Amino acid sequence: MAVREFAERGADLELVGIQKRFPGFTAIEELDLVIPAGSFFALLGPSGCGKTTTLRLVAGLEEPTRGRILIGGKDVTDTKSHERPVNTVFQSYALFPHMTVIENVAFGLKRRRISDAVAKAHEALRLVELDHLAQRRPQQLSGGQQQRVALARAIVNRPALLLLDEPLGALDLKLRRQMQLELKTIQEEVGLTFLHVTHDQEEAMTMADTVAVMNKGAIEQMGAPAELYELPRTVFVANFLGQSNLFTGQVVGTTSTAITVEAADARIVVPTARAQRHQGEVAVGVRPEKVVLHTEEPAATADRNVLGPGRVIDVSFSGVSTQYLVDLGALGTVVVFAQNVGSGPVAGLGAEVWVSWEVAHGFGLDDVPVEAGRFPADDSTTSIAAQRREGLVSELEEH
Amino acid sequence: MSGEVQAAAVLGGFAESETQEGGGPRGLPRRRRVGLGDWLLPVYTVLAFVFLLIPIVYTFVFSFNDSIKSNISWRGFTLDKWLNVCNVEGGAVCQAFTNSIVIGLVATVIATTLGTLIAIALVRYRFRARSAISLLLFLPMATPEVVLGAGLAAQFLAVGVPKDMTTIILAHTMFCISFVVVTVKARVASLDPALEEAGRDLYGSPSQVFWRITFPLLTPGILAAALLSFSLSFDDFIITNFNSGSVSTFPKYIYISASRGIPAEANVIASAVFLFALVLVIGTQVSRAARAKRLAKLG
Repeated sequence: MAVREFAERGADLELVGIQKRFPGFTAIEELDLVIPAGSFFALLGPSGCGKTTTLRLVAGLEEPTRGRILIGGKDVTDTKSHERPVNTVFQSYALFPHMTVIENVAFGLKRRRISDAVAKAHEALRLVELDHLAQRRPQQLSGGQQQRVALARAIVNRPALLLLDEPLGALDLKLRRQMQLELKTIQEEVGLTFLHVTHDQEEAMTMADTVAVMNKGAIEQMGAPAELYELPRTVFVANFLGQSNLFTGQVVGTTSTAITVEAADARIVVPTARAQRHQGEVAVGVRPEKVVLHTEEPAATADRNVLGPGRVIDVSFSGVSTQYLVDLGALGTVVVFAQNVGSGPVAGLGAEVWVSWEVAHGFGLDDVPVEAGRFPADDSTTSIAAQRREGLVSELEEH
Repeated sequence: MSGEVQAAAVLGGFAESETQEGGGPRGLPRRRRVGLGDWLLPVYTVLAFVFLLIPIVYTFVFSFNDSIKSNISWRGFTLDKWLNVCNVEGGAVCQAFTNSIVIGLVATVIATTLGTLIAIALVRYRFRARSAISLLLFLPMATPEVVLGAGLAAQFLAVGVPKDMTTIILAHTMFCISFVVVTVKARVASLDPALEEAGRDLYGSPSQVFWRITFPLLTPGILAAALLSFSLSFDDFIITNFNSGSVSTFPKYIYISASRGIPAEANVIASAVFLFALVLVIGTQVSRAARAKRLAKLG
């Protein structure tokens, strides 16, 4: 394997029919994926969805149970980790504690016997603006600096494919933003293919050209961030990527341009082109910021869905916008984000209100919510952790 | 001008130190009471040290005793024993000492190498009978030395192996391995597997990853294990006595000569070993302090 030379440009990554089983569970059910050269690709999903396993398979740190991995058209499935033109920025950085920063960065170059290893390492450190700390040990650096060293240590090798395993997870918010920008800039500068694994939907959307949302070992939906957000195809995507108001009902009318869904006693119209299913029981939805709040019943028009009356049960002010929770009886609760363009809230707590949105903003999903619960954070890492903790606490109490 | 500044600084310093020492509310100095704890701890500490050091000091002092046969009563100061340590009894003390050093070094090298490999295998790999092996490795530590020594001696007899240096080295290697495995295992367990993965990811072949990442990171544990092995081996009398045949080791020599009076030459060697260990410890501490200072300067 020719890892003696630098990759001149990023390479395509192709996963064909990948399956990965561990004793006791299946991490990846069936995965097919093509990442074009030079792109910034994000694998987004909750913890345990198989995204880190995917990354480790590509890096060669795990072997797939089935399927092939191709990098730049070359089958590397049976190639050992150290012979793949791939480098990883680990979640814990994994900097070698017994080496200085410069020794860390030059490690990969020296293993490949590339000339001027140290000079090239200094160059990479300058790129992340840490050259002045080259003689320090990793433990003498702050978290953000360690992260940049880990990044320099990987990109100095000019891999055809750079893997990022939630490398920003341990940083505080401000540093994260800064690092996100830096990563994006570096990716554009060096033109490598980046595969970024994260559970942070905001991070994935701001950085990646293409986002693949993963759930339970399979990709649910893949596309440009805006596309995924505006037109989610499944309940999981609708709720994991931002928030959604979802309504489930029967399709009662279909025209060439729109379908009408009867949910509870209300009728909701969704453009046919934006609906995955056109008959039977379907879930339709709309993003909270597309919904408008009215204190008087608006006149019904063909291009707007109007629901109500309902009651405001919660108002939370968050600076730029205000979030209202509106109880619509049988239809459930609707979340409305209203930009704070005027002064003061549009409606107070307990006020009688109507909600409406443009038909063109609605979307129809391929599946229906399993439970009535519509809280978007249900699948996030924090809620999983909380649930585990609750489980443990109740287990302890039983004994 | 500068005098004023100085005075202010002194005053400031004074005020500061006062509030620090005061400890009470609003910087009022707390009244000091001389309690039981103020003298009990120092006295206890001094007594403990005296108790621990008396035998060593005694051994050291009597290595300068101008003794004739037995080295029990003080007969006057001499450097003869230090200068002619190998010249008595045909150099029996020195021969025993050399044997002990050779046995200790060889057993340590073998036990440390094997023990380190076992420790890595036990932590890093899942294989059949892994927990059984873990348990079995504890046995030499848990079994009384007399039983271990006698059992081994019986085995050597049954197989028909003559007892010499080799049998001693085998015996020592056996019980040292257990201690090495336990010591190094803790170090391997605390080693982040991601570091080795990063090494592989950065084009390191398995042997490069081992020698450049795993081994340097395990070195403190391995060194500690080697030191432990050596001192256990050097020290061992019971197992050695069963398996040494006519070969003399330092502990064995002392034990045998104790019945007819230990020669001062034994004191000389014991003192020398003690001094060597002391120098080693002080040296390590000094170099560590120097390194901390250098790192602090860099930071």
